[in-house]
Amino acid sequence: MNVRSQIAMVFHLDKCIGCHTCSIACKNVWTDRKGTEYMWWNNVETKPGTGYPTKWEDQDKYKGGWEKKNGHLEIISTGKAKVIPNIFHNPHMPSMDDYYEPWTYDYQHLFNAPEGDDQPTARPVSMITGEELAIESGPNWDDDLSGSKLYAENDPNLAGLSEQQRLQLSSVEQLVFFYLPRICNHCLNPCCVAACPSGALYKRGEDGIVLIDQQRCRAWRACVSACPYKKTYYNWYTGKSEKCILCFPRLETGQAPACFHSCVGRIRYLGVVLYDADRMEEVANLPNDELIEGQRSMILDPNDPEVIRAARANGVPDGVIESAQLSPVYQMVKVWKIALPPHIEYRTLPMLFYVPPLAPVQSNKSDDVIDHVSENLFHDIDDARVPMKYFANLFGAGNEGPVRYALAKQKAVRWHRRAITVGDVDREAADRILREADCTIEEAEAIYQLTSLCTFEDRFVIPPMYREQAVEMLKDPHEHRQSVGFGFSSGPKRGL
Amino acid sequence: MTGHYLDQLMFVALPYVALTTFFLMTIYRYRAQSFSYSSLSSQFLENKQHFWVVVPFHYAVLVITAGHLVALFIPRGILAWNSHPLRLYILEVSALACGLLTLIGLIGIVWRRFTTSKVRQVTSPTDWIIYGILLLQVASGVGIALLHPWGSSWFATNLSPYLWSIFTLDPNISYVAPLPLLVKFHIVFAFITVGFFPFTRLVHILVIPNPYLWRKPQVVRWYRPRK
Repeated sequence: MNVRSQIAMVFHLDKCIGCHTCSIACKNVWTDRKGTEYMWWNNVETKPGTGYPTKWEDQDKYKGGWEKKNGHLEIISTGKAKVIPNIFHNPHMPSMDDYYEPWTYDYQHLFNAPEGDDQPTARPVSMITGEELAIESGPNWDDDLSGSKLYAENDPNLAGLSEQQRLQLSSVEQLVFFYLPRICNHCLNPCCVAACPSGALYKRGEDGIVLIDQQRCRAWRACVSACPYKKTYYNWYTGKSEKCILCFPRLETGQAPACFHSCVGRIRYLGVVLYDADRMEEVANLPNDELIEGQRSMILDPNDPEVIRAARANGVPDGVIESAQLSPVYQMVKVWKIALPPHIEYRTLPMLFYVPPLAPVQSNKSDDVIDHVSENLFHDIDDARVPMKYFANLFGAGNEGPVRYALAKQKAVRWHRRAITVGDVDREAADRILREADCTIEEAEAIYQLTSLCTFEDRFVIPPMYREQAVEMLKDPHEHRQSVGFGFSSGPKRGL
Repeated sequence: MTGHYLDQLMFVALPYVALTTFFLMTIYRYRAQSFSYSSLSSQFLENKQHFWVVVPFHYAVLVITAGHLVALFIPRGILAWNSHPLRLYILEVSALACGLLTLIGLIGIVWRRFTTSKVRQVTSPTDWIIYGILLLQVASGVGIALLHPWGSSWFATNLSPYLWSIFTLDPNISYVAPLPLLVKFHIVFAFITVGFFPFTRLVHILVIPNPYLWRKPQVVRWYRPRK
């Protein structure tokens, strides 16, 4: 057992209101520089929808992620055999057209325009060339456009849905959507790291955050193609790739990442999990329908004395182990099993998990009469307007089982709480539904507490990062303080 | 040492200035500004022409460079190969083909940079200068292959000993003094390219990712010492 600690995340989609506050927080902190205007390390997508970059989940187009070949894993886009011949031109590299061309407006024209008969306007101009631009796409271009023939209909997750189901999703009466906020998943088996020819990408041993060493990146662009979630971005100006850094400077000072901190719907949870790194290769190689359970089995019980002993032996500090014992992520992913990894079939073992949303019921179920009585107050999860198969494609590697389990448990919690707070549903019925959902009353209460009444401290259990010891490792802190003084820090300057 | 004053300047002074600049500045730049070592790819901004200009250029220029290195290190091999006219013919024609491909690719690259407004934004004055130098260098190389189709043997008999005399700090320009003007031009521009190299995007050649093929797929960095 090779116990390592990893900062993991859960996004509770039932609580996401699609306000994009997270995206703006991230943008203002990290990507408001030249070359990063088009980047959204955090973005919020409307699902069903095509997302950002457009149709990122269509791996026939982007060739991201791992594939199983002759019993072992290979990077689809640029494996070892392909990386050298493809280094001059990366055949699966998305271009700016797949994202959008960033623009601003020529506001000065409002002041400088010569006198005339018409009001002057502020025309859009490209932030790259400064030339006038006919805007064709932009950030969140398909926001709330569910049912759209141009966007939602091209969602790759609609694969396997019947014609009937597809038609329903685009009919006005049946329109439905939910939001999918996305950041880097800080995967256990990151494809971007494995693809980097320069070895510039790495996973931090202590907390599992995946970073790009800007000094070593040589713009071979392999990470951009390899990441199936398209969460590494190429900075066209500095000639370096960049990605979400999980706000590690904030985490190291005990603060939640900017997108987590600012989340209005309080959908985000962050905590450390202990996992067995020796099992990574074995788990990433499992068949599709065993991947979710396999990844869960890699995550270890932080209260198990055997795990604690192995963690200590492996240099995991006690403070991190204690933090893992309080981790909301461990509860949701491993104990309650209500949080699921996105597209685990890409085999990167993402460490950002999603609680699938209980979508609204099909309200025109019985002819034209909309019928909401207590008996079906919380409808059957199969009556939801978002077909189960859709969720299965997104969160279950095509399998409905884990999604059904997660949704049934959430529904049971609602029945249970309704019986307590309103009392218009039968206690016995609530108990039966809890039993069917494999949920005890204590567990239902705990889920209710953590999802509805959660405080800041409940949601973000940030482990101590012990960065002070990183300096100690190199030099005695007192000597370090005396010898470094103020020092210099130079900004990233593009090469000649 | 004999030779014209200009020859001394071009074939003794310039090479040493160029080589000294090359070694000192590439090392200095790597140590002081390793961030600036990047291929500065523009594929992200323009992804269609990119393939058709960048790929032929890079493959062809690699073959051409390899050919020059073979002639530098094993001149006898080249001479032995060229002892038969047919084989000389094959070598020269292949070199010419690769040279033309390099030239076409390079013209394409410059054309793409000039005509694509997005790519023009990430093209620095230094880029334009190095493109100019490279264009002259490649064009003169193609010119030699066309006008002096026994250049490969010349490289072996004259250029290689001359270069070795430079490397061994015992410069002997008698090898290059009698060469045709076009060949001299090509040699001079080769040294100008080498000397200007550290100040350009060409430094990405020095950081080609060789360890990738041997390293483990996943990279983990630890900040605390591990037991």
